[in-house]
Amino acid sequence: MQDAATIVMQDVPPGAPTGAPDAGRERWRTVWRNAFPFLVVGALWEIVAWTGIFPRQLFPTLEDIVRSFAALTVAGILPHHTVETLLRLVTGFTLAASFGVTIGMLMGRSRRAEDIFLPLVSILAPIPGIAYTPLFLLWFGPGNFSAVLLVGFVSMFPVIYNTWTGVKAVKEIWLRSAQAMGASNRRLFRHVILPGALPYILTGLRLGLGQAWRILVAVEMLAAVPWGLGWLIFGAREFLNTDAMMAGVIVIAVIGLALEKFVFQRIETYTVVRWGMITAS
Amino acid sequence: MKDQKQNNRSMLRGAVTLVAAAVIYEAVARSGLFAAALLPTIPTILSALVVMVRDGTMEWHAAYTLYRVLFGFFLAVVFALPLGVLMARFKRAEDFFLPLVSALMPIPSFALVPLFMLWFGIGNLTTIMIVFYAASFPMLFNTWSGVRSVNPLWLRAAGSMGADERRLFWKVIIPGAFPFIITGMRQAFLRCWIAVVGAEMIAASDWGLGWVIYDAKEFLNADVMLASLIVIGGIGFVFERVVFGSLERATVLRWGMVRMAKG
Repeated sequence: MQDAATIVMQDVPPGAPTGAPDAGRERWRTVWRNAFPFLVVGALWEIVAWTGIFPRQLFPTLEDIVRSFAALTVAGILPHHTVETLLRLVTGFTLAASFGVTIGMLMGRSRRAEDIFLPLVSILAPIPGIAYTPLFLLWFGPGNFSAVLLVGFVSMFPVIYNTWTGVKAVKEIWLRSAQAMGASNRRLFRHVILPGALPYILTGLRLGLGQAWRILVAVEMLAAVPWGLGWLIFGAREFLNTDAMMAGVIVIAVIGLALEKFVFQRIETYTVVRWGMITAS
Repeated sequence: MKDQKQNNRSMLRGAVTLVAAAVIYEAVARSGLFAAALLPTIPTILSALVVMVRDGTMEWHAAYTLYRVLFGFFLAVVFALPLGVLMARFKRAEDFFLPLVSALMPIPSFALVPLFMLWFGIGNLTTIMIVFYAASFPMLFNTWSGVRSVNPLWLRAAGSMGADERRLFWKVIIPGAFPFIITGMRQAFLRCWIAVVGAEMIAASDWGLGWVIYDAKEFLNADVMLASLIVIGGIGFVFERVVFGSLERATVLRWGMVRMAKG
C-alpha cells in the first residue's frame, strides 16, 4: 500500500530541491512522508479499538486483522476467493472488451450500424449496472453464469462509447492520404484506424475495467456464488467476523490499485505513447 | 441542407430500431418460450408502472432513494470540496491526505456495505454513508486538480490589482476551479446513483428503488422489476441532463469558462 502511494506521490513535484548528492536520503524522506499518514491513522484506529468504545467484534484491533489475514492466507481460503474473483473479472471483462470494441468499431465505420445501435445503447447505458442484477438473476439463475454475464454486459457500455468516439475521431485526412497511397481496406484498418482510435479505446477499456471491478464485488454478494471476495465479505458479516471482512477489503483495495497502476498504465506506455499518439505525463 | 436530411434519416432509423426491438421483445414474450412471469409483455410492464404510481408506492420508493442519495451527496460536498481545496492550497495537507486518499480510492463502495451494515445497522444511515463514500473521491480529486490548475497569471494579476486573500479565493480561485468542480460533481452523482441502488439491494431496508427491484425477484415480479428499472434510468437521466446541465449553464458557461458543447 505504501508502495502504491509512493507511485502517486511521484507525480507531485517534491518540495525539497532535487538533484542533491544524497539521493538515497531523499528517497527515504519520500517513503517516510507517505508512511506517516498511515501510521497516524493506524495509531488512532488502534487506540479506538483498545479503549473498547465499540465492541471488539465490530472494531477489531490491527493485530486481529493481521492475524486473521495471515490465518486465512495460510489456510488457502483467501487465495482461493481471490483467484475466483479474478477469474470472473477476466472472463467478464474479456466478453465486454471483445463485444464492446466490435460494436463500437461497427458504429464508428458504418452509418447504418450507428443508427441501429446508438438508440439501444443510449437507452440501456444510463441505467446503473447494478440495477440489472435481479433481472439477470431471474433470467439466468443465481451463480457464476449470471455474475460473469452481468459484469460483461455492464462494462461493455463505456467500451462501446469510447471506441465509437475514437473511430469517428480518426482524422479524415489520414484516411484519405492512406487511400491515396493505395492502402487496401485491411491495411487501412490495421495501420490507420486502429492506431488512431487506440487512445480512446484504451480509455474505454480502462473505464470498463473499473466499472467491472466495482460491480463484480456487489454481484458476488447478491448472486450466491460459492467463492469470491465479495462473498467472503458478505458471508463474514453473518458471523460478525469483522477481521476477516477487513482482510477481504484489503485484498480488494490492493487488486483495485494494481489494476489501475500496473495493467493500464503499462499497456498505455507500450502502445499509444510509443506510437506518439499521446505523450507520457 | 444535406446534413439535415442525413439527420432526419438517422432519427427515422433510430425510431425504427426502437420499434423493431420492442416488437421483437413483445413477440418473444408472447410466444410463450419463456415463462410470462420472467418475461412480461410491454403492456404488463406499463400497467405495473401505472398501478405503482397510482397507489403512491413508486413515489415513496423514489422519495426514499432520492433522500438517501441527496443526503449522501450533500455530505460529500460539505466534506470533500473543502478538503480538496485544502489539499491544493497547502502542501502539508496534500502530503498528509493524498496517500490516504489514494489507498482508499480503489476500494469499491459496495465492498464496504457489509462492514457499514455492522457498524451503522440496516437502514438509512448505512446507505447514506455508502453514497457519501462513493461520492467523495471523484469530488475530492477533481476539486484538487481544479484548484491546482488555476492559471497562475490570474492569481498574479488579481494580486497586483490589490485583491486580498479572501477576494482572491472567492473571485479567482473558486470560479477558476469551477469547471473541474462541476465535472467532479457529475462523476460523483453517477457513482452515487449506482451506489445507492446497490446498497439498497444488499442492505435491504423497506423502501427504495433498489430494494423494490431486489424484492420483486423473490416473488418473480419481473414486471415490477422492469417498471422500477425505467424509473431508475429516468431519474438518473434527468439529474445528469437537467440538473447538472443547468448548473453548468448558470455558472461556468455564463462566466465564459468553457464553451457550449454541441447538443
